[in-house]
Amino acid sequence: MTDTTLATPARDRMAFLGDPRLLRKALPAVSLVAILIAIFVLNERAMSYRGLDLMLKYAVPIAFATIAQMFILTVNDLDLSIGAFVGLVACIAGTWLVDQPVLCILILAGCIASYAAIGALIHMRRLPSIVVTLGMSFVWLGIAVILMPTPGGMVPDWLKALMSWKPPLVPFPIIACLVIALVAHVLLMESSYGAVLRGAGGNATAIDRAGWSLLRIRMSMYALAGFFGVLSGLSLIGLTTSPDAHIADRYTLLSIAGVILGGGEFVGGRVSPIGAVIGAVTLVLTGSFLIFMRISPDWQIGAQGAVLIVVLALRALIKLREAK
Amino acid sequence: MQGRGKLIGIIAVIVIAVAAVFGYLQFQKSQEGAAGKKIALSNNYAGNSWRQSMLKSWDKVTKKAVADGVVAEATAFTTSENQVTEQAAQIQNLILQGYDAIVLNAASPDALNGAVKEACDAGIVVVSFDGIVTEPCAWRIAVDFAKMGEVQLDYLNEKMPNGGNLLEIRGLAGVFVDDEIHKGIEAGVKKYSQFKVVGSVHGDWTQTVAQKAVAGVLPSLPEVAAVVTQGGDGYGAAQAFKAASRPTPLIIMGNRQDELAWWKEQKDASGYETMSVSIAPGVSTLAFWVAQQILDGKEVPKDMIVPFLRIDQANLESSLANTEQGGVANVEYTLEDAQKVIAAAK
Repeated sequence: MTDTTLATPARDRMAFLGDPRLLRKALPAVSLVAILIAIFVLNERAMSYRGLDLMLKYAVPIAFATIAQMFILTVNDLDLSIGAFVGLVACIAGTWLVDQPVLCILILAGCIASYAAIGALIHMRRLPSIVVTLGMSFVWLGIAVILMPTPGGMVPDWLKALMSWKPPLVPFPIIACLVIALVAHVLLMESSYGAVLRGAGGNATAIDRAGWSLLRIRMSMYALAGFFGVLSGLSLIGLTTSPDAHIADRYTLLSIAGVILGGGEFVGGRVSPIGAVIGAVTLVLTGSFLIFMRISPDWQIGAQGAVLIVVLALRALIKLREAK
Repeated sequence: MQGRGKLIGIIAVIVIAVAAVFGYLQFQKSQEGAAGKKIALSNNYAGNSWRQSMLKSWDKVTKKAVADGVVAEATAFTTSENQVTEQAAQIQNLILQGYDAIVLNAASPDALNGAVKEACDAGIVVVSFDGIVTEPCAWRIAVDFAKMGEVQLDYLNEKMPNGGNLLEIRGLAGVFVDDEIHKGIEAGVKKYSQFKVVGSVHGDWTQTVAQKAVAGVLPSLPEVAAVVTQGGDGYGAAQAFKAASRPTPLIIMGNRQDELAWWKEQKDASGYETMSVSIAPGVSTLAFWVAQQILDGKEVPKDMIVPFLRIDQANLESSLANTEQGGVANVEYTLEDAQKVIAAAK
């Protein structure tokens, strides 16, 4: 009896080509490789330094936004304002960064502080984060439109130069994404306080009893999200060379999709920074893939959703087996 | 040893890829004129009747052009939600796809400049229209949107010399077109001081949104003599006035079929008078021909202006008859029209 119960999991592992948990962890990377291969087959020109550079440029700000969203998801909250916030950062930087850099940095620091304050508000009043951040998204957008009623503004040359930098051998977007993933990984997965932060999403009561301040944890997660949101906005205007209040509206949903695609979960502090960056890159490449496929405009939107559903369905399948 | 073999393999693949790109570019350069060239339409939005008509016109005219061998290809690409970032990425992908020209209806006049510059640097002709871009290397087929706001007030001044209260329906907040038309209306109100704007709402160029917005603001408004609009919002405004059982003011229309049909109904019933002005969605085909001319080696000035399409009491019936259900009054441009617009800009 004991023999068979012990033997079953091992045999399962053999039968299903590996541990389902491992499979789930590998899924984001596998989807990324699959879509890359599909792109290379469709368009051989994509398989070059210039091709990768062009395709992945816009992955950098999305990767930042995705990491920002991931911090919020770690404490079981959801940020519906990150897109509008990135747009606001873009407008603030476009208005002041060239003429008054010190003032601009102070304002941006203020933005990060207000993100932390929102975290505190959500925690102390026990408000649903979705409602608060949805409300804040209109506040951010409103300020951005007041600041910049029509698109325009100036972007400092060093920012433009950085975003269009062409280092030898490896395209800049790839280096940037690797750095973002590693920094977030060390911050959240390797440091001891990172474990506490994740624990707050997994089992808040336990963390509270162990003497950690949940308020401070939530505030630091929101501040980190704000910080990465600022980086997203700055990198974005470095690419577009000009800000616009509506510039990043889509980042809210893209960032959530990126985290989930990268193996994160909505609850339980289960997130993966490296996965999240992979998820963001996969989403960006999906766009390229659909363009190279020449799918008619009517179907492009739906096709993007279909790719997401396929990946999530695969994950659900793996999870189902994990449960067995 | 194995590692080095792999590295050599990878380098070989990269070298072959680069060689293929060069070979392809040389091949493209060697072809004369526009006949072998590929043109892409990068469109930022398809969610309203104007844009649908625009895409239909593009499809109709370019299909024929491709069949006639004028160009090799003319494919339309649309991003889903009017997003700068998505369109910028789309342009990057079109560069990579090897198009010779990109015809562009841009989500933002400035924020796509990075991507447009990249396309120009790759030797691609970029022609922007309707939603134009400011990047100097691109061509612009601009609409004088401010003028579109101003002619509404010119008309109202003629119709109502005694003036009255105006309700303004604006487009999507933060979008350049909305701001320009609004400026034109403001200038018009300044010119004819007998008019006063008593309310302003955002209708997002969509009838249902406009109807909700107008219905929301109506109870707080005094008597409204006329409604100035941006197109795609006149019918919604009329419905809101009707639902609130307030007298129907003079509503300027924007060439949409539902607006024209409503106008016709009112005209037949009570002799209702107004005017309708907008840009023909077929302007996409004008941009197509301009791009074709540039690829063909013709000298084309960087800035051109598109004419409006205005409908008045007299030509309402004929315009309505030519507009399909759910569409927008439209004109498709020909190569000759494009040459005229180019000549006018010189």
